[in-house]
Amino acid sequence: MKFSDKFEKRFTEMLAHYPTPRSVLVPTLLYAQDEVGYLSDEVIAELANRLSLTELDVRNVISYYSMLTTKPRGKFNVQVCTNIACMLRGGEELMEHCEQKLGIGNKGTTADGVFTLEEVECIGACSWAPAVQVNYDFHENLTPAKLDKVLDECRKRIG
Amino acid sequence: MADLVSHPDEVKVVSKRFGQGAVNIDRYLELDGYKAVQKALTMQPDEIINLVKNSGLRGRGGAGFNTGLKWSFVPKQSAKPKYILCNGDESEPGTCKDRLIFEHDPHAIIEGVMIAGLAVGAQTGYIYVRGEYRYLLEIVQKAIADAYAKGFLGKNIFDSGKTFDIYWHGGAGAYEVGEESALMESLEGKRGIPRIRPPFPAVVGLWGGPTVINNAETLASVPHILLGGAEWYANLGSPKNGGTRLFCLSGNLNKPGVYELPMGYSLKKMIYEVGGGIPNGRKLKGVVPGGSSVAILTADEVNADVAMDFDAMLKAGSMLGSGGVVVLDDTACIVNFALRTIKFYKHESCGWCIPCREGTDWLQKTLIRFHSGGGVKKDIDNMYYLAENMLGRTFCPLGDAAAMPVIAFVKKFRQEFEDHLDGKPCPFAKHSGAQQSPVMA
Ligand SMILES: Cc1cc2nc3c(=O)[nH]c(=O)nc-3n(C[C@H](O)[C@H](O)[C@H](O)COP(=O)(O)O)c2cc1C
Ligand code: FES
Repeated sequence: MKFSDKFEKRFTEMLAHYPTPRSVLVPTLLYAQDEVGYLSDEVIAELANRLSLTELDVRNVISYYSMLTTKPRGKFNVQVCTNIACMLRGGEELMEHCEQKLGIGNKGTTADGVFTLEEVECIGACSWAPAVQVNYDFHENLTPAKLDKVLDECRKRIG
Repeated sequence: MADLVSHPDEVKVVSKRFGQGAVNIDRYLELDGYKAVQKALTMQPDEIINLVKNSGLRGRGGAGFNTGLKWSFVPKQSAKPKYILCNGDESEPGTCKDRLIFEHDPHAIIEGVMIAGLAVGAQTGYIYVRGEYRYLLEIVQKAIADAYAKGFLGKNIFDSGKTFDIYWHGGAGAYEVGEESALMESLEGKRGIPRIRPPFPAVVGLWGGPTVINNAETLASVPHILLGGAEWYANLGSPKNGGTRLFCLSGNLNKPGVYELPMGYSLKKMIYEVGGGIPNGRKLKGVVPGGSSVAILTADEVNADVAMDFDAMLKAGSMLGSGGVVVLDDTACIVNFALRTIKFYKHESCGWCIPCREGTDWLQKTLIRFHSGGGVKKDIDNMYYLAENMLGRTFCPLGDAAAMPVIAFVKKFRQEFEDHLDGKPCPFAKHSGAQQSPVMA
């Protein structure tokens, strides 16, 4: 199992921050997922081994956190907030718009593997609602037309 | 990234450096940065605690506990190391203020953590940032590294002979982890299942050591109190509610945004003046004044004018909560709003205790059926009864957070629930948020 040098450097650094190695688990899982795309069996086995945990222990933690996934996702994870502040300003309509435009439902991935769509809970952009996060990037004060532009940009980026 | 707004009634304390480039440590130093911690180094721990206590600063995470008093619960002597834990999990729907502090003034949080450490005798602090806020975690990582590079963190800080370390920590998506005991579990690398209390974290916290857990805004307020004094800070707010607070105005408003206003500011003015009123000539239906966990106030209750502080809000039958002020106009369907609220709590319930796990599930099932026209009259009382029986019977306050809004929706908007009965379609279905609210450029 090979992670990037940056990952390894951060991992070693983090271990020194806590009295127990297991404390690095949650952020490390997310960083590993960012590199591999999802938490594969291999990643889970590797991290369990490094932290002297059972794989079951690691899977238990994974299943608790909504951002962590053991299934591959599209290159761009389009996370539409439909929670209260976004709902009042068209969040649900944005979600419907994405479903139609991408032809997939909640947690679905397009056949070409470019987009995954996810309905998410409040992402901390309530005063700039409705808001969508594509991977880690925030897009705020959206309309369906503005969101179309964001999605088109994504497509362009992969050429 | 997120747009800044301003209004003449604002009193900028925590937001003073927003937009001033203070993420840069040298710029932060020009703007009085790291002066407060140097002052704290000349003070006795009890002096710091009393100063913060007397300032009337109350926790900005939701519960509004007096911060100095919380610090005073940490035992002076402890065999195990003590810790400061900054809660930056910010996930209460309607709340988006800690984000701005992390983005514009991360060193103020670092300084706040250090001062809290000096006050209680801790040498280590953690700053926990929710997983979705990756760009903010990167800002925090850099700010910590810059502070170490200047010698402000580490050994012998400011030639005091004292040691203080701060580490960053990232989450991975979980509202429940914002609850203080679940936050500690998460930091220890586990599922965020809450811990039974007592013992309270101030006595037995992270790895069994005494731990102070404070919200990011609470900690960012502390350096200003050290420099400005307790009296100055207390006088900015209302009795027993010192200072100012970042209020996150959202929903059906002309000028939503995060505004810093004195504690005790009028809710009515907040909506009609600061927030620019309700768009499209619509009328106010209600306001959720403190994040999704608190009881909604009706338009009449808002217009009767309530002060936005912890005590006045409690008296008005709601809570000041997390500072998220969500405004609903008369096109919003309360049943659908209740459904969306409960869907959230159902999704976020950790499932550890039965009243919360089963209660949120039944409420969601009933509301889905009810909103789609399959409701029967006794559902209304059943939802109320179910929610009332969750109150105070769960392991952590997430169960209360789910129950309180439902009780208020049913009690205050019963007619709207009745209007959905007998297979009638939702009376608000043709109005959608998208059509009704102008979206800012
Ligand atoms: C379900 C739940 C979620 C919470 N989420 C947060 C949060 O995201 N951020 C926060 O600061 N406090 C949150 N709290 C409150 C914390 O438990 C704790 O009271 C707070 O961090 C203490 O800091 P303060 O005294 O500075 O407010 C939450 C509480 C509950 C019950
Ligand atoms: S409700 Fe959508 S970002 Fe908060």
